[in-house]
Amino acid sequence: MANNYIGIFDVIGPVMVGPSSSHTSGAATISWMARQILSGVPVKATFTLYGSFADTYKGHGTDRALIGGMLGYRSDDVRIRDAYNEARKSGLQVDFVADRETHVSHPNTVDILMEADDGHTLLIRGESIGGGRVRIRKLNDIVVDFTGEYSTMIVGHKDVTGTVAYITKCLAEKKVNVATLKLFRKEKGKDAVTVIETDSFIPEMLKEKILEYETVTSVDVIEV
Amino acid sequence: MNWDFKSAEELLDLCSEKSLPISEVMIRREMQLGETRREAILDRIDASLRIMNTSVDRAISDPVRSMGGLIGGEAKRLDDLDESKKICGPIIHGAITNALAVSETNASMGVIVAAPTAGSSGVLPAVLISMYEHGNIDMDTLRRGLVNASAIGYILTRNGSVAGAEAGCQAEVGSASAMAASALVEMLGGTPERCCEAASVALSNLLGLVCDPVRGLVEVPCQTRNAIGAVGAYTAAELALADAGLNIPLDEMVRITYDVGKALPESLRETAKGGCAVAPSLCAECSKEAAWQKARSLM
Repeated sequence: MANNYIGIFDVIGPVMVGPSSSHTSGAATISWMARQILSGVPVKATFTLYGSFADTYKGHGTDRALIGGMLGYRSDDVRIRDAYNEARKSGLQVDFVADRETHVSHPNTVDILMEADDGHTLLIRGESIGGGRVRIRKLNDIVVDFTGEYSTMIVGHKDVTGTVAYITKCLAEKKVNVATLKLFRKEKGKDAVTVIETDSFIPEMLKEKILEYETVTSVDVIEV
Repeated sequence: MNWDFKSAEELLDLCSEKSLPISEVMIRREMQLGETRREAILDRIDASLRIMNTSVDRAISDPVRSMGGLIGGEAKRLDDLDESKKICGPIIHGAITNALAVSETNASMGVIVAAPTAGSSGVLPAVLISMYEHGNIDMDTLRRGLVNASAIGYILTRNGSVAGAEAGCQAEVGSASAMAASALVEMLGGTPERCCEAASVALSNLLGLVCDPVRGLVEVPCQTRNAIGAVGAYTAAELALADAGLNIPLDEMVRITYDVGKALPESLRETAKGGCAVAPSLCAECSKEAAWQKARSLM
């Protein structure tokens, strides 16, 4: 998927739990990514659905797909069908809100507010953009834009000079090649998020090394 | 050697230059662009075929109701049909049954291979598995068929559309039907030109097909549309193999299908606002008037 050509398995695929690549497969992927970014085990998740998601989520199993993703299931995992039961067994509390009033820029949009077992919370906005592909558009109140089609590192930090230089130095030391690097922030000098997409696997040691830097507050990795 | 191609014309040039079938050109393209080995590709093809097979079997052996409750059990009823009433013969009867089965698996949250989409995921397994079971096709030929289909699907994705919301059901079931038609021709030993001709005929025969899912769900009329996509593939393949097909080159037909799709009103592009989606008897919620009239007629 990471390469920019349409291959055999982009046409014959994805392998997925039905019935809809955008309403089911994409929903599971957004929620799965949200869980990877949360750093911690989610105990509560509130899903606010907009647009077409709000209108048809039950019949498309969008709710089960979202719960499944939050439990760590990929979009081809048959346990998605029984996701409500699985959530109960795992002690994950879930709530759904269908918001048919608020205007959103993409018809298949979901906001996921998560609470981890250590009490910290994270809000993520995701869009299911067709064929099972997705885009993350918001982390808390910062507008972002990434797809998870590459190995992706999400670094939360203060918008202070030198932070990005430190991150790229660490990447270079571990010989991780950067495909894209984007910094998102709300205001100069306040909270920022740097999203780095790489051509190879991101080692655990690299995360720890980056987390050592004083202005860095969180490091999360999504592997393809 | 550059194995990439951007159109059916370029694909046919590569095939004739190297005297290779479409599937072989597509495999070499994948090896080159994906920097991968042939064995790895064939392993994934086998995995896809296994999932397709399971998605057929599941709905016939253990039918369940769909998530939206509109379908479920139809494939088993076809399978149970009295032999004397199977008017289509074993290959096409098998394909119709398989197409319904995959649609049921999809609509009940089972695992399917989107090919090219989830909504049209019944067509290719329907045709391929029926050929394997009733048509004297061996496993290697079956793999070739699936790869051949992906080449046509790639051209349609690149130069047209495979999204119902963009270009109607002709872009989903129509594309799947064209892919399956081309696969059939290669599996039966037809030339690459005949493969593209079959794909073109299949597209033209479903030209204008609207996307009108009842309640917006991938159930009705998607399930039976998958069946006609499969049957249409056999029709197109047989016409092309006999050199009795259509003289519109595939690239032109892809363009024509895309243009017709964009000309469809929004109500007929997956919005559930037209076509079967507003059939009063099927859609109680979107037609309270019909419900009222029905209630009155029963008084």
